[in-house]
Amino acid sequence: MRTNRRGFVGGASALAMMSVAAPAVRAQKKYSDGASDTEIKVGHTGPYSGPASSYGQIGKTLEAYWKGVNDAGGVNGRKIKFLTLDDGYNPAKIVELTRQLVEQEKVLCLFNTLGTANNTAIHKYMNQKKVPQLYVATGASKWGKPKEFPWTMGFQPDYHTEGVIYAKHILANVKDPKIGVLMQNDDYGKDYWDGFKEGLGKDSGKVVKHVTFEVTDPTVDSQVIQLKDSGANVFFNIATPKAAAQAIRKAADIGWKPVQYLNNVSASVGSVMKPAGLDNSQGIITAQYLKDPTDKQWENTDDFKAWVAWMDKWMPGSNKADANHVFGFAVASLMHETLKKCGDELTRENVMRQAANFQKYKLPLLLPGITINTSPSDYYPIQSVQLARFKGETWDLFGDVMSAEGS
Amino acid sequence: MASASKKWVLGIVVLAFVVPLLQPVLPDVVSDYRLFLVSTMIIASIAVLGLNLLTGFNGQFSLGHGAFYAVGAYTAAVLMDQLNVPYWATIPAAAIVCFIVGYLFGLPALKLEGHYLALATFALALAVPQILKYKWLEGLTGGVQGIVLMKPEVPFGLPLTEDQWLYYFCLIVMVVLFWAAANMLNSRSGRAMMAIRDQYMAADTMGIDTALYKTVTFGISAAYTGIAGALSASAIAFVAPDSFNIFLSIKFLIGLVVGGIGSLTGSVIGGIFYVLVDNSAQALSQFVKNDLGLPFDLSAYTVFGVLLIAIIYLMPMGIAGGVAMAWRKMRSAR
Repeated sequence: MRTNRRGFVGGASALAMMSVAAPAVRAQKKYSDGASDTEIKVGHTGPYSGPASSYGQIGKTLEAYWKGVNDAGGVNGRKIKFLTLDDGYNPAKIVELTRQLVEQEKVLCLFNTLGTANNTAIHKYMNQKKVPQLYVATGASKWGKPKEFPWTMGFQPDYHTEGVIYAKHILANVKDPKIGVLMQNDDYGKDYWDGFKEGLGKDSGKVVKHVTFEVTDPTVDSQVIQLKDSGANVFFNIATPKAAAQAIRKAADIGWKPVQYLNNVSASVGSVMKPAGLDNSQGIITAQYLKDPTDKQWENTDDFKAWVAWMDKWMPGSNKADANHVFGFAVASLMHETLKKCGDELTRENVMRQAANFQKYKLPLLLPGITINTSPSDYYPIQSVQLARFKGETWDLFGDVMSAEGS
Repeated sequence: MASASKKWVLGIVVLAFVVPLLQPVLPDVVSDYRLFLVSTMIIASIAVLGLNLLTGFNGQFSLGHGAFYAVGAYTAAVLMDQLNVPYWATIPAAAIVCFIVGYLFGLPALKLEGHYLALATFALALAVPQILKYKWLEGLTGGVQGIVLMKPEVPFGLPLTEDQWLYYFCLIVMVVLFWAAANMLNSRSGRAMMAIRDQYMAADTMGIDTALYKTVTFGISAAYTGIAGALSASAIAFVAPDSFNIFLSIKFLIGLVVGGIGSLTGSVIGGIFYVLVDNSAQALSQFVKNDLGLPFDLSAYTVFGVLLIAIIYLMPMGIAGGVAMAWRKMRSAR
């Protein structure tokens, strides 16, 4: 199975390369800092400690992925040296670590650094230094601005777009909606909220209650009680996994039964729905772009089977229901493909050029119908989602794949 | 201060000024990144010194100096962002703002002793990140988005890199502040501060205005830590509420205890220690896991904790006190 997938990917990349790179340039080897005949250095930071440490799993998946790549011979014969550091979700810390990676270790690029505030902290620095800050692990809408920040690119559908889609779905499907919103009080929460308001448009008065919480708060009980008391019949849950699960559970405990919308950030069966209680989670609606690891319908698809085999080999004992592993694998595959496309021209310029040159690329583990599309003016790799409803023990996709217009 | 130790201090300061000039000779050893790291150590030392003035020399506890650090950082950031004030002018501004905040906080703190005061300051440290996110202040503080700043530019066309200049700037501020602190502690006021720490009642009876000294010390302590915050805003070129969480206050306290309570040298050691451990904790925990083969996944804070316990056990007066004690023992043995 693995060879099959690799064969496909290899073919696709060969095609892409033929159509893209100027043949004269391809003939000679060119390197920036961090690349050589034998090695490519890729840097990463993530929250292995601190309030967001549940996302540390992503970093562990990435590390395992590159181990697997090196085991299979590396990328175009070069081993990947993946340097991952713990930033504790602290913006002051990531500046220091990034400088360590860029100036001391001289990495070719940073990859999938996590957190909106953290990436903001190094945004300007990376662009001044002209070092790629690729496929960052945050869905804020500000990562797709190639004019001002040509060295930074996002990965997942941005939160703003997702918020618009929920709002439209509520207006079209819920009769006389009275909406209660629970929002994490930071960049990420606000991006969703702004998109949601934009989607509601003139109906923004339908939001009867909007409460916030801090990522460090131990519970969100009082916020959920306030939402219930407001008489809301729709609940939009903008929260990271821990708080999202607490909110779903609390709503059920106090007998509040609204139509629930849950942001994709927390649409993980393993780390949210199960802790919240499967009974309490029935009927919750979310938007997805990756194959959920608990959804039985993917079991016979090639890319999913390859992922399961990979998990068994490289991350034995890890919880396969944790969607962070799917995310990590998918985003690492995209990085892998980008480096492959660079061929022997491993310069920072070429890395960005290749990253901005995907047409309908079928990335493993994306939902059918969703592909990677980028261009020098479009720095949003994934811009489509499909809605799903929680049913039984997993997500049940419904409706069509929805795309946002490029912004 | 004895003249021998004065020579030592002078020597170290001169060395600190000369080392960056070696960059053309040893570009890998004296790299921009290393200088930046040393700058963060200098900033940490100033913050720890601020806490030391309060706790070590005046006997008042604070678990919340991260709050003053945040106020200093935000004062500098807002001034630079909104009013285009040059970075060097934000240092005195941050000092004044933090002095006032510290002084005002010191007033009710007069009524609180020991661990009650520690808890009140703890609450302050918890509150500040939330206040920074408050929606009425958002226009000023940028809310959760924080404020992106420019790095200090090299003045007068000096042939230095940004990081070298930042290093010199921090170093100059540090030398001035330590010199001022040493002078203050050697004066009547300094002796009054320490008298209050050692015997509150006796000091009061001697005619020292304890209430005034305690509140002013609180203000000065906050001003020192605030200056460190302002420097960090320039160094990092970004401020956000998440940078000033409760762990920051705890790190200052760790720096204080490890370096040496009631010692100026200890403040420097403490600052260096916490930056160093913070940076190498991950490498250390990986070393324990991979090379020693122990089956734990130690977090950075576990390493911090273990080191802290070990140092307190071995050197109850901190590293500065421990070294001084060992030095004295060696001399008397001879």
